[in-house]
Amino acid sequence: MAELSRRLGGPIAALAVAAVAIWLVLLVALPDLLMIDYSLRPNLPPSEIGGPQDVHSLANYAVLWSNKIHLGIFFRTIWASSLVTVITLVVCYPVAFYLAKVAKPSNAALLVLLLIIPFWINEILRTFAWYIVLAYNGPLNRVLTGLGIMARPIRWYGTAGVMVGMVYAYILFMVFPLTNAMESLDRNQIDAARDLGASRWRIHRRIVIPHAKPGIATGCVMTFMLAAGSYAVPSLLGSPSSRWFTEIIYNWFFEGGNWNLGAAYAFLLLLLCIVFIAVMMRLFRVSLADIAR
Amino acid sequence: MSQGVTLDRVSMRFGSFTAVDDVSLDIRPGEFFSFLGPSGCGKTTILRLISGFSEPTSGQVLIGGKDMRGVGANKRPTAMIFQNLALFPLMSVAENIAFGLEVRGLSRTERRRKADELLDLIALPGIGDRAVAELSGGQRQRVAIARALAVEPTVLLLDEPLSALDLKLRQHMRTELRAIQKRTGVTFIYITHDQGEALTMSDRVAVMSQGRIEQVGAPQEIYESPETAFAAGFVGETNAFPGIVHAADSEMAVIDTKLGQLRARNCAGLSGGEAAVVFVRPERLLPADDGILVRVREKTFEGSFIRVVGEGQDGVPVVAQITNAGDLPDLRIGSETRLRFHPRQAVALRPAPHG
Ligand SMILES: Nc1ncnc2c1ncn2[C@@H]1O[C@H](COP(=O)(O)OP(=O)(O)OP(=O)(O)O)[C@@H](O)[C@H]1O
Ligand SMILES: [Mg+2]
Repeated sequence: MAELSRRLGGPIAALAVAAVAIWLVLLVALPDLLMIDYSLRPNLPPSEIGGPQDVHSLANYAVLWSNKIHLGIFFRTIWASSLVTVITLVVCYPVAFYLAKVAKPSNAALLVLLLIIPFWINEILRTFAWYIVLAYNGPLNRVLTGLGIMARPIRWYGTAGVMVGMVYAYILFMVFPLTNAMESLDRNQIDAARDLGASRWRIHRRIVIPHAKPGIATGCVMTFMLAAGSYAVPSLLGSPSSRWFTEIIYNWFFEGGNWNLGAAYAFLLLLLCIVFIAVMMRLFRVSLADIAR
Repeated sequence: MSQGVTLDRVSMRFGSFTAVDDVSLDIRPGEFFSFLGPSGCGKTTILRLISGFSEPTSGQVLIGGKDMRGVGANKRPTAMIFQNLALFPLMSVAENIAFGLEVRGLSRTERRRKADELLDLIALPGIGDRAVAELSGGQRQRVAIARALAVEPTVLLLDEPLSALDLKLRQHMRTELRAIQKRTGVTFIYITHDQGEALTMSDRVAVMSQGRIEQVGAPQEIYESPETAFAAGFVGETNAFPGIVHAADSEMAVIDTKLGQLRARNCAGLSGGEAAVVFVRPERLLPADDGILVRVREKTFEGSFIRVVGEGQDGVPVVAQITNAGDLPDLRIGSETRLRFHPRQAVALRPAPHG
């Protein structure tokens, strides 16, 4: 603040700070506060809003626990998001290692470009592309049956479709933190471990993974949060049996017309995801400081 | 246990660049062998060929008489100490030392016992539970040695391991390394661009330049009888007086130089009319009544000797270290003096092919 006012002069600095403050308050804090307020009130017809029944309570938050179907979908979402995270990690780890420690710099730059280009297209379009690829009469099924790998087409929409779509959607959020973390690993450490007789697997387990742990944690947290909060992929590539919790939230808002319950569900999802991540971090002995480093 | 290493016509090319050029060598079991050469001459490349991190483009590497082609770094009986040590920062000192034993499937208690034994060997008992980051430079150095020795290599490869240490520690570690080598009997192959290090520690030294071996021999042999102009110039300080061979036999040669006719040993089989350089060590130049006429440009009084930098005929630089035996001649700056050397203590060689 002092630094800023010295550089820009008092009035301009004050203006800049005020602009940021206004932006934060109006566009970030206020809507969230409003949603919290919504989530704590009952859903009433317009005439009764502000009336004697319009009191704050946690009633909306209790609804989820009594609705077996919603609760089931909630846990399925957490479980499926974890699975997406693990698959994304497994897919991205070798790519990141190759980028950070194997490829020549020029090749690595090219590969990064190839990874990024698809992400210039917006998420809905990319998901639609998968929608077409995975269709029952779509190219994937035709190629697989054509090659005789499968006798008949498979219905990909559902869990498989959601997994494919999400892993693809979040690859970059995993690859970049991993690559970043691995790049700082001294190549000689890998050579030293090999020289002492370590197999490739042990080098990764004992040297590369511990070193990259903060990056792995960052990538996993991001992927998990994005997956759990995703709407486009499950609604396009899913099936009734693979409903995502976000779809229920959406329904409360726009089909049930019950913003209050929708808001409560949304906050529950956020809170429980944070709790889940905290527990996982405990389990894998990652601290917040690791992630920030 | 120790094993010898043989390089048989080994070459290593990176694209069109030849980093190691047709090197043949026999390193004996239990020997302290050094590669000495300037930066970029291919020392690290040779070490990586021996350790198995890379395979030669042509030629053979044999360890204990066995051809090592196709044997990976994790399967060779060598252990390497890296230029930056490459200790594992997320493991404790004991875990670092025992890493190679963990790989070999030893139990936790056994690993700990071996690690403690090795900590005793490197004179750092009781630091097994410390983090690597807590150690001083010299301690890290020794832990790296212990980690390499833990896998009981028959050949230990050291890539300029002392270059990161300060001068005093470096000198201390020289004796330490030599002592550890004597105690373990393992073959040490040591890389350095510091000639003092190579001369003081090694049984034998290979002087390298531009991917080739210039000379192999005991330190004193190389110092007294360099075989190439590069070896003469790179190992120890020397005067170089270029000229043309006036006359030569199998023993001695007479060279016409700007300083006059100089006699020196003919180690390179020079014959009359050839270009040649006479190399004389500064401490072999003695004050005399006749000999090379030198004008004193600088002098440094060092107590036991006096160092004179001067100029001979036509500005040829001359350096001399004159022992202070109590009868020093008048060596004021600007004065002229005469210096002489015994022909048997100078060598005449062909000039280096590239300046
Ligand atoms: N992987 C590689 N690809 C291309 N050139 C290489 C490679 N490794 C080494 N070189 C080249 O080979 C030459 C010798 O390298 P090397 O590392 O063996 O030198 P060195 O004698 O160890 O030098 P220093 O004392 O500086 O460590 C250098 O010119 C280097 O650029
Ligand atoms: Mg080197």
